[in-house]
Amino acid sequence: MATTKAEVVEQKALRIPFRLSMEYEYALGAHAERFFGELRDHGRILGVRCPSCNRVYVPPRPVCGICYAETREWVPVSDEGSLVGCTVVELPFIDPMTGEQRPVPYGFAMVRLDGADTAMYHFLEETDPKRIHVGQRVKAVFRDQRTGSLLDIQHFRTLEEAR
Amino acid sequence: MGRKVGIVATGQTKHGPKRLDVNLRELITEAVTRALEDAGLRMEDVDAVFLGNMEPFEGFMFPELWSVEGWGGYLKPSVKFNTGGTVGTTTTMAAYYYVAAGLYDTVLAVGFEKQSDGHTQAAITTVGDPVWERTMMAGAVGNFAVMASTYIHESGVTPEQAAKVAVKARRNACNNEYAHLQMPNLTVEEVLASQILAHPIRKLDMCPQSDGAVAMVIAEESKARKLAPRPAWIRAVATAHEQQYMGDSPKRLAIMRSQIAASQKVYKAVGITNPRKELDVAEIYEVATYAEMAMYENLGFCERGHGGKLIDEGVTSMNGELPVNPSGGVLSTNPIGATAMIRVAEAALQVMGKAGTRQVPNVRTALATGYGGNAWTDALILASN
Repeated sequence: MATTKAEVVEQKALRIPFRLSMEYEYALGAHAERFFGELRDHGRILGVRCPSCNRVYVPPRPVCGICYAETREWVPVSDEGSLVGCTVVELPFIDPMTGEQRPVPYGFAMVRLDGADTAMYHFLEETDPKRIHVGQRVKAVFRDQRTGSLLDIQHFRTLEEAR
Repeated sequence: MGRKVGIVATGQTKHGPKRLDVNLRELITEAVTRALEDAGLRMEDVDAVFLGNMEPFEGFMFPELWSVEGWGGYLKPSVKFNTGGTVGTTTTMAAYYYVAAGLYDTVLAVGFEKQSDGHTQAAITTVGDPVWERTMMAGAVGNFAVMASTYIHESGVTPEQAAKVAVKARRNACNNEYAHLQMPNLTVEEVLASQILAHPIRKLDMCPQSDGAVAMVIAEESKARKLAPRPAWIRAVATAHEQQYMGDSPKRLAIMRSQIAASQKVYKAVGITNPRKELDVAEIYEVATYAEMAMYENLGFCERGHGGKLIDEGVTSMNGELPVNPSGGVLSTNPIGATAMIRVAEAALQVMGKAGTRQVPNVRTALATGYGGNAWTDALILASN
């Protein structure tokens, strides 16, 4: 194929590189502090209930977005749940959390824990897309050494299902 | 209700993966000069300029200031918007509000993005919440993969049906001189054989990353009638936001609450009860093949669960009952800050009868949508009357 004008331009174009490394530290906020404290110290997962619609949010949200009502009632939820959406990522890319390439393949999902109405993003242990599906039962695998972050849950492990 | 407002002219750049022949400012000028030429106006005839861009991609603070000569801003009132994927429609709607309110008579709306200058997927990951979502995210692709899995579960759509959406988009794009991806011979088999990015999303299921800009001249009624033989009147606009955290609305693509709300609002405003019959064309912000089918359902083009059937039956193809994205859509061209405004500009071209080889015959009413964040929707109805 003949070289197009655009390709010629691309080969000749001068470009100025610019590397930006900026570090941020985000305050978690009161609700997340409590959630992660409970996770770290007791290996328990808590949600909050909306006083207006009774929806249980896990992760906890300080305000129910639908009702615009502040959530103050904490409720424990199960460490088991179901997948409401899932994928296995194959695309290699730079992880902006670390600046390093994220190892692939990796599984991640929206997990709805039993007792919750909403779902949380988390990693899956399973990396075979044929072995995960919407509705798949999963269980949280807690780390032994916990620091108060979402990664105190290492990932979710799929549970055997009755046939 | 304010004054009647019409889109009278449009201008687009040649969109591409790497427009290294121009910098950001020159890219903007290319679109703006084409829009002014199309309107037969000079910059001095423009009262104000409205700009849309998604800053993290190019790494510029204040890209609107850096590029001011590019869009003719010297001593003019202007304002820049950044609402993510929806920014092109948000900017259009802001221009519309100002003109409808009587504050300005003739304005420019401009959307631009030069993604080859930066890192798209890393920048998109900063859309996610740092505490709850970024750790797992894989740019837009990962989010769409998770959402698509839910939609597949709900509707039973197949990879073959998704591939048909990809083929429709890239073939339609061949009739659009400005489109980035033009693939006249693309087949369903090739889409199904393209690289897996994140299951079930393959490379050809996903929109590209583009460099591009778009500009429109928007005017109040008397000016609009002088500037264009057949203006595209902005008949209704609506915005609806969604809970941002992915899992707070777990079926957010399958049942896209913001899109249902925004589309129902604009349909009601113009008296549309059966959008599939009453719309003549739609330019929607579809991002991924599976999203397009889900949007057919959410926009009321078909019953719930029938998104795949619509593509199978060719209802949304160029010669179907309701052509969707004659331009090739976002699946063919995606300079993010411009993308949603391209939907409006393409819908306007259809209403004005100026869409060339991608013209749908006798367009009287058109829908344009914007999509951003993790499921916000803008919706606009353009009409010939």
